[in-house]
This record gives sequence, C-alpha cells and structure tokens, in this order.
Amino acid sequence: MKIAIPANEKDINTEVSASFGRAPYYLIHDTQSGENTFIENTAAQAAGGAGIKAAQLVVDSGAKVALSPRLGQNAADVLKNSGVEIYKSNDKSLKDNIEDFAAGKLSLLDQFHAGFHGHGG
Amino acid sequence: MKIAVLSGKGGTGKTLIAVNLAALGHDALYLDCDVEEPNGHLFLKPKNPKEKEVFVKIPQVDNELCDGCRKCVDFCAFNALAYVKERLVVFEDICHSCGGCVLLCPQKAFSEKDKPIGKIVSGSWGSVDIHSGFMNVGEASGVPLITELLSIGRENDDALTFIDCPPGSACIVMESIQDADFCVLVAEPTIFGAHNLSMVYELVKLFDKPMGVVLNKCRRGSPNPSEDFCHENKIKILGSIPFDTQLGLLNSNAKIAVEESPHFKELFSDLFEKIKEEATK
Repeated sequence: MKIAIPANEKDINTEVSASFGRAPYYLIHDTQSGENTFIENTAAQAAGGAGIKAAQLVVDSGAKVALSPRLGQNAADVLKNSGVEIYKSNDKSLKDNIEDFAAGKLSLLDQFHAGFHGHGG
Repeated sequence: MKIAVLSGKGGTGKTLIAVNLAALGHDALYLDCDVEEPNGHLFLKPKNPKEKEVFVKIPQVDNELCDGCRKCVDFCAFNALAYVKERLVVFEDICHSCGGCVLLCPQKAFSEKDKPIGKIVSGSWGSVDIHSGFMNVGEASGVPLITELLSIGRENDDALTFIDCPPGSACIVMESIQDADFCVLVAEPTIFGAHNLSMVYELVKLFDKPMGVVLNKCRRGSPNPSEDFCHENKIKILGSIPFDTQLGLLNSNAKIAVEESPHFKELFSDLFEKIKEEATK
C-alpha cells in the first residue's frame, strides 16, 4: 500500500509540510517494499484550485492513505471520492510519521477547512 | 464619456463623489460596480427598480459519454476539474465559466447549466439612470456582474457615465475600469491612504488610462501623505474635499450633498468641471 505525505524537502528526515495543496513535494511511501519516492507537486504554484490538482496527483500516484496536518475541503472531496483515507500527521519527521501511522498512533483527519483561496494560510 | 471612480481601499469616498457628480450631470448614467457592497442606490434612490438575474455557465458532464481522457482536467487553468474513480468531478465554486472544457471535449460529454450569481437592479432618479450590481452572498467572483453592467454602458456609449468601482486593485477593479475614458482616484490624507493610492495608481498606469486624484477628508494645515505622493509622481490633483462634519452627516443620512447645500453644490461643480476639462484633454 502507498502512503502520500506533503513534504517541504526531498528528505524523509524533514518534517511534514504545513500545507497539503501547496507543498512542493509529496513523499510516496510503499509499505510493502519500503521504497520512498518523492514526486513534485505541479499544483504548488497554481493561482487557484491547488488543492484539487494536488489531490488529483496524489490519487494518480496510487496512494490509498494520505497523512497531512490539515486539508482544505476541495482536496478532501477529491481524496475521499477516490477512497483515499486521510490521517492527521504530527510535527515529527516524514519518517517518524510513517512509523507512527504503522503503529496506529495517528487518527483520522475529519475536519477540513474551507480553503484559503488567495487569503494566506 | 465614461469616468471610473476608484480607490485602493474602502471608505475613501468613491460613492460620495460618484453619486454627487452623477446628480450634477444631465442624463447621466451611474453604474455601481462595487457588487460586493453596492451602496449608490441608497443615495440615488431608483424609482420603480427592475431586477435582472445574472447567471454564469457551469459545465456538467455526462459520465456515460466521458471516456476519461482527462484533456479537460489538464486544460482547466483554474483546476476546477478532477477525475476520480472513473468519474469527472466539477468544482463549481472554482470554475470561472470559460467554457474551455466544453469546447475541448472530444466526446462532447459536456453540457452547461445556468448558475445564478447575483442581480442587476435598474431604475432612475431624476434624469440619472442607475444600474447596481448585487452579488449573491458566498459567490467567489463578481466579474460577470460587472461585465453585464459595462454592457449597459456600451449600449449608452454617448451618455456621461460614472462607474463606481469596487475598492482595491484586484481583478474586479481591472474589469470595472476597462471601458473608462478617465479614472478618478480618491485618496485619504493618511500614510495608509497614500499606500493604497500608490497601488491603484500603479494599476491605472498599467491600463494606460488618463487619471487624476481627488483628495478627500482634508484638514487644513495637516500633513497629507496622499498629496505628497501626487506631487512626487506628478499626478494631477483634481480637487480637495474637506473633512467636514456637515458633509459627513449628509452622507450618513444618505443625502446627496449637492441637493442639500449650495456650498457643496459649488464644491462638486468645480470638481465636475475640472474632471471634464482633464478628461477631454
């Protein structure tokens, strides 16, 4: 199974990006092989609708789980429609979050913000 | 002649100036493009107002016809489309109604539906024709309402037209000034006011429109950073309106100052003449 996590840098020892839609990269972690791949988020600089396009990228990567500190409603709609489960990440590294998820320490993210849509965040 | 009245922030006096000038003009046309908070109609109270709903086109997909090629998803500059679980999802609030997906779809899987986004209320006050745009609460963009208002302006191309713009320097302001022959920038005598004036000045310069500034809420003998900004950038000052309790009272009671006081009639008439002189240069 693949897990997607928004990342600021292509380094599993760095922390999870605070933004889902505008994170520069996603870490795609394969739980079977243990392989880590970073994909570029081509939506990061989008003028609008970044969350939708970013969620599409994550869905297309084949991820079944996404870890994120927070998520906008539009991105959540795309992920949920695709059957991607969303868990709330903690402020530790990408690597630690994968371990915490595997250990069942992360909870489902069930509150989504309306999106910032050009108003910061 | 079309005169746009704009400012970098709200509350500078755009509507005060626009409605008083319109009241002085014979057979003037007043277009309230401040569609998020239109208030010109509180002053120029239209008789027998007529309402017209304004719609935008939102694409709808027939998932039976869609073969999942995703050309529309890749094309959409606003990222309003997603393709998940072999179904296309349209995010209506993100869609800008460009119609690109409908044109592009090789399967012709799209149709369009009308989505109401607001209304135009039209009426007259004396010889002034008033058209105000009201955007529905929760809508993201008032641009289609402004487009509709400007089309009324184009139908009456010879009329002396005052375009009361939204505050700021965003898309809706750019939309509002596009047909203007002359831009009147209203500025407050504060550092914040001068900063906002500089933003809107940059915008009008980009559009290459002739312009002038009205300094509002001026106190005699007090510093005026907006006036300094005009001198530094060689921007024409069209006139000054004093910080005046009587004017404030008239305005807060939705009165038109030029109708109530010969003093203000003279002040706005001078401003009117100055604008006409500059706009026809």
